[in-house]
Amino acid sequence: MSFLDSFWQQRLELLLSTGRAAGADLVEVFLERGDRLGVMAEQERVTSVSPAFVSGAGVRVFRGKDHGYRDGFVSTNDLSEAGLLQALDQALGMLGLERNGAAAAADFQGLPELKDYGTSKQSWLDQSPGVSVIAERLLEGTARLEQHAQHLQARRGSYSRDWQEVMVAASDGTFARDLRLHQTLGLSVLAADGEHRASVARRFGSTDHPDDLLVWDADSTARDIAASTGTMLYADYVDAGTYPVVLANKFGGVIFHEACGHLLETTQLERGTSPFAGRIGEPIAHEAVTAIDEGLSNRHFGSIAMDDEGLEPQRTTLIENGVLKAFLSDRAGEWRTGQPRTGSGRRQSYAFSAASRMRNTFIAAGPHSPAELIGSIDNGLYCKVMGGGSVGPTGQFNFSVEEGYLIENGELGKPVKGATLIGDAETVMPRISMCANDLDLAAGFCGSVSGSVYVTVGQPHVKVDSITVGGR
Amino acid sequence: MLNSDLLHDQLSALAQNHGLSRWDMGASCSTDLSVQVDRGKAHQLKGAQRSAVTVRVWNSDGRVGITSCSDLSADGLAQALSGAAEASAFGDLQDPPDLSPRSTESLEPLKREPQATRPIQEMVQTLISAEQRLLDCHPSIGTVPYNGLSQRRGERVYLNSLGARRHEERSSASLYLYARAEEAGRKPRSAGAVRLGHGTDELDVQGCIDEAAELTISHLDYAPIDTGTYTCVFSPEAFLDLMGAFSNLFNARSVLDGLSLSKRESLGESVAVPFFSLWDDARHPANLGASAFDGEGTPTARLPLIEGGVLRQFLHSEGTARQFGVASTGHAGMGAKVSVSPDWFEIGATPGAGCGDASLNRFQADGVVWIDSLSALHAGVKASQGAFSLPFDGWLVKGGERRSIEAATVAGDIRQVLKSLLAFEGEAQVTPDGLCPHVWVEGLAITGEA
Repeated sequence: MSFLDSFWQQRLELLLSTGRAAGADLVEVFLERGDRLGVMAEQERVTSVSPAFVSGAGVRVFRGKDHGYRDGFVSTNDLSEAGLLQALDQALGMLGLERNGAAAAADFQGLPELKDYGTSKQSWLDQSPGVSVIAERLLEGTARLEQHAQHLQARRGSYSRDWQEVMVAASDGTFARDLRLHQTLGLSVLAADGEHRASVARRFGSTDHPDDLLVWDADSTARDIAASTGTMLYADYVDAGTYPVVLANKFGGVIFHEACGHLLETTQLERGTSPFAGRIGEPIAHEAVTAIDEGLSNRHFGSIAMDDEGLEPQRTTLIENGVLKAFLSDRAGEWRTGQPRTGSGRRQSYAFSAASRMRNTFIAAGPHSPAELIGSIDNGLYCKVMGGGSVGPTGQFNFSVEEGYLIENGELGKPVKGATLIGDAETVMPRISMCANDLDLAAGFCGSVSGSVYVTVGQPHVKVDSITVGGR
Repeated sequence: MLNSDLLHDQLSALAQNHGLSRWDMGASCSTDLSVQVDRGKAHQLKGAQRSAVTVRVWNSDGRVGITSCSDLSADGLAQALSGAAEASAFGDLQDPPDLSPRSTESLEPLKREPQATRPIQEMVQTLISAEQRLLDCHPSIGTVPYNGLSQRRGERVYLNSLGARRHEERSSASLYLYARAEEAGRKPRSAGAVRLGHGTDELDVQGCIDEAAELTISHLDYAPIDTGTYTCVFSPEAFLDLMGAFSNLFNARSVLDGLSLSKRESLGESVAVPFFSLWDDARHPANLGASAFDGEGTPTARLPLIEGGVLRQFLHSEGTARQFGVASTGHAGMGAKVSVSPDWFEIGATPGAGCGDASLNRFQADGVVWIDSLSALHAGVKASQGAFSLPFDGWLVKGGERRSIEAATVAGDIRQVLKSLLAFEGEAQVTPDGLCPHVWVEGLAITGEA
């Protein structure tokens, strides 16, 4: 059942008109209702079922060029008219403005007809699996783990559902609504044999398809985890040093996400922390690298019908054959940096103002086979499964390798653990010299200024000629 | 304002209508203001009014259900209770939580009064001034890309059907300044500092500026470090970060779940050098997040976890305490499966056991790595394995002179670290995460960037 319906138009118009009459150059209101569910199974039991309901609004007020492109943002759980007006008053006050009684802005003509991207999605929440079905699938997963893996000390399955109804209205005529559904399902184990320990996890992410949980292959996931666990339980720590590395496809794409992607967000340009500012048209990566960020692909975790500022997403070529082509921009980014909006204004919830963020980000496929990449290295590291990472204010990045193998004389050798790759974007991007032909993507989460958002990272197998590998 | 009596009466009535006699709830509300500036101008100004409520109920089978909601009105409470009642059908019968018998114990209130908040324009001016003073500290400091001044005022309650009515208010403020500096022909460098207080007036603004400037300038002259094994000295912040990342050592929930490095029988075992002791103290006066009760209403207290290098206690919720046959320690969250987490660590010397090698002095050291801050703990710590491999900012000290390390990682095993402590140096310092002196550790693997 819709909560954010036409009832809201009049109340939103009041807020936008009032804000404009007070002197704001632009007023934006983001409304959200959320229905979330978390379920966890351990061993043979469901140990936690946690539903949560949220509703709130974020009111953002801008002043333009003549006032230094400033903005004030206030979020609230009080969606009454009085509560929203209080939030507006506070946001206006941040910019030195105050409400001008009941005056309406002369140049605000009201909101246009609602662009409703959610019409065909009304039944998604009802179609999502119930707790019984979720529990059954999770317990199937933990049972498969028991069946396939050895030396298990703990087995876990976890599910989360994030259903979101959002409405965005702005005094520039933006008026849009959408429904979103994200589900994740993961299995994890901790294995121990004497002093040897290994923890391995896999997570499956789905967007917009309520019944995806039913097609998840528990047995295949459990077998994959069991294989990794068996390998990594007795793996040695990697020797520290500087090596050529091959990063596997799918989640290997975290290298581009951390090393370069964040530095192509206008948020970073605004702060003056991107080494790529002012370099559109210049080579910033090896000519083997073409990188894309888009929000359009069916089923991918970072896909959106509209961004959190009401703009439809695009396919944005960031780097083409090594040459920088574009940045990812939101409304404030466009105002402050001149980079055109790309449908990338994203936020975790009403509690955050939108910022330029990645969606589905990947390095495009190249001409080589993965074996050619590995075969080109005498002494290096193959990073089969990547962990998380981060990037600092001067562009230094890091990410961990969950499952690695030595490369010796062009072939995969013994497994190694404990590797952390570090470097900086300007140095590493020109060293991605070979891309394979097996592009694939993986679901993930990205935390930054506007909270945690759903993203996809991806790449084919890629070769980095030289990178520092932290180890022991 | 949260009205405990009204909320109690409302939830009591709702529970009665659902035929539920056992329930509890946690609720909170807060107001926040924060500002960021950019080269002398306000950049982003934020405010928030937040509310949240979590309701747990026990059905007639003894199964527990829980639901959270952001609406504190009567409608929101009804939705939360109804959701919890539905969820209870799926509650775990093997290991269900119960109401904490300590939730109705008398409570010693924390001695602190919430402080007044400052107007946002005053906050902007304070931060603009701080930014400018930091920029003026050195010609290479070009921007302060990450900065913020924020203040919060909030309150929380815990109520249950045993009659518990806990309520507390708190206020806090924080300032962070993270500068970026660059010299011709060299890589940009950055460093920063944080200050916390119960209110904006308590913040040591000049101290924050001085520390951010000193650290940033100290990293301008950098060099790569050779990969190898080094003696390291951790700053209080860095060592507390490391201990916090491995807090499953003390976590009874993790022990029961098989995810901890400790086992039930680990209590009484030697896990660190004899001069090392560690307490958890939610009520410490320097702990800005201090709370008099946990998510189950249990009173908090100062608790010795490691004394004389020996593991003495675990952190408990009601449920884990029941399984261990001890009393809850006041470290519970609120959930269908109750989480357990530490509050605020105090690390120091065991009384009568000295501080290790008293001759060690980081300002006169040679060939020692001084680790100032650790990064990416979310990715580089394998808590259930004991292993870590983390990027860090710091210096190589040679002949008493320190020089910034260009980029490097430190790797090791926490169990080995605790057995390889050489000394505590200097007085313990208050940080946001706890109290700790500088800590010397022997034999850690350092990887330098070539």
